[in-house]
Amino acid sequence: MQIQQRLTDLTIPFIGILIFLAIWQVGAPKIVTSLGAVPGPVQVFEQFKGLISEHNEQRDKEVAFIERQEVRNAKKLEKDPNAKVRIRPYTGKATFFDQILTSIFTVMAGFIISAFIAIPVGIVAGLSQTVYNALNPLIQIFKPVSPLAWLPIVTMIVSAVYISDDPMFDKSFVTSAITVLLCCLWPTMINTAVGVANISKDLLNVSKILRLSWWTHVRKIVLPSAIPMIFTGLRLSLGIAWMVLIAAEMLAQNPGLGKFVWDEFQNGSSNSLGRIMVAVIVIGIIGFALDRGMLMLQKYVSWDKNAALR
Amino acid sequence: MTIEHLILSQVSMDFPTPDGPFRALDKVNLKIKKGEFVSIIGHSGCGKSTVLNIVAGLYPATEGGVILNNKEVNEPGPERAVVFQNHSLLPWLTSYENVELAVKRVFKGKKSKAEMKEWIEHNLQLVHMEHAMNKRPDELSGGMKQRVGIARALSMEPQVLLLDEPFGALDALTRAHLQDSVMEIQRDLGNTMIMITHDVDEAVLLSDRIVMMTNGPAATVGEIVDVNLPRPRNRVAMTETAEYIRCRKAVLSFLYERHGKKQLSDETDDPSLIEAENDVAQASAPADNLLTLKKSESAAA
Repeated sequence: MQIQQRLTDLTIPFIGILIFLAIWQVGAPKIVTSLGAVPGPVQVFEQFKGLISEHNEQRDKEVAFIERQEVRNAKKLEKDPNAKVRIRPYTGKATFFDQILTSIFTVMAGFIISAFIAIPVGIVAGLSQTVYNALNPLIQIFKPVSPLAWLPIVTMIVSAVYISDDPMFDKSFVTSAITVLLCCLWPTMINTAVGVANISKDLLNVSKILRLSWWTHVRKIVLPSAIPMIFTGLRLSLGIAWMVLIAAEMLAQNPGLGKFVWDEFQNGSSNSLGRIMVAVIVIGIIGFALDRGMLMLQKYVSWDKNAALR
Repeated sequence: MTIEHLILSQVSMDFPTPDGPFRALDKVNLKIKKGEFVSIIGHSGCGKSTVLNIVAGLYPATEGGVILNNKEVNEPGPERAVVFQNHSLLPWLTSYENVELAVKRVFKGKKSKAEMKEWIEHNLQLVHMEHAMNKRPDELSGGMKQRVGIARALSMEPQVLLLDEPFGALDALTRAHLQDSVMEIQRDLGNTMIMITHDVDEAVLLSDRIVMMTNGPAATVGEIVDVNLPRPRNRVAMTETAEYIRCRKAVLSFLYERHGKKQLSDETDDPSLIEAENDVAQASAPADNLLTLKKSESAAA
């Protein structure tokens, strides 16, 4: 009985996906664009395989490029042991999979830094009505601003301030990460503040009677109570961050999946639509995986292992 | 001149409302001796819990004040531990850790780690919870949670233990067990205890004195009944003594004849308050509620 239930639970989503794919396959060829007919799932899968082989080709080229240099350097050293040798990094075109890694790294960097700012600020705002009142108008005004509106400002400020002869990160990375950070701050901050402000009065009384120090109060009472709300905020932030990052990459031509999509669009070959669709699906899957990852982290951190998390 | 242990002097309490201050308590005076068990009884909404919260230091009295061992109380502190009605254990900590939080705070620097561990275990043993030290509150029954709450309060070695309707949310059998435990603890430790209750039998069983409060607004101490029953008390044998019957009758007649609850609509205009009061009454004092009901029926007739 239980096995049957499990089976049904697994088959139904599968059937849903199959129906979707069927409609797509049948419907897509009927729309003809300037780049040819809209590709169906089969064609998109072909493009996906193409992207993999392209990636492998680039990797082989890179290995060969480094090897050639090594051979040349070895010869140089044979002639003159004091010769200066160096290996130039490979500067071939970033593949689809390189772009995926860039995007994930950028979104995580912006998101993690924003969490380190938003959670403490949210806790302080939740504990003190005064701080909350001071911050609230700012949060309310900045929250609805599309982070893309920040992008030009961030780009200008980063190029003005982030100057170094040997930069640790690319400027484009810093710009994208800061844009992500700006959009991640608000949901986490608000949810943390609300979670902290709504701690049960009884627990606050316990804390008062024990005369817990501020730090113990935050650690033992505030944080565990607010964990569910903090995670709600974090998950909202991460979801928005991923969407914003792709758009920012498209707009600013910063490396990442967004740039891949834009380049393909500009490229306008008969493969472009299929490749963009591969990107769209991958973006969706990564967004889903990021959310699941946060959920797993919440399960790990939360004291209430029985709470239904979805 | 004898030094009183705990004095409530002219304690009054106003709560701010949109229509100006609402006087909840008016000039409450009470003197409590060391080691005494005092119950405060009254209808719901009469400000019993407010009195307790003022003694605990959680509310500042608008007028008057509380003096414990010649020192005025103006903030909460572990020397006045509270057992809350709904246990108020931290749900993310085990029974042991809940008590530990209190012990670490109160005995830091005074007890070694081993002594603290022993003291935590000792307090959990006092309430017969040593078997569930490593369980979290959601794994415990209501009565067990309340036992841990009592252990936590006792572990602070309070001068006064304040019990805010501690057994109100428990079933009758569990309640009886916990009452026995409290009597046992009071016999062994001799703590001064103040308990808020709705339950006349509970008040007579546990108390040396029963303080009866008039109905709010501006509630105050109406009468005080001395319970001259020898300890240890047996809940069954006791019921047949003349003293028990006298005390019980005195409290009942105060609560239901002289200060019977009027119809709810007379008391307050705020319907949400009435609802809240009804909930409290239903949850914690079915007898209380029944009598109120009968009264309103007779009034309707």
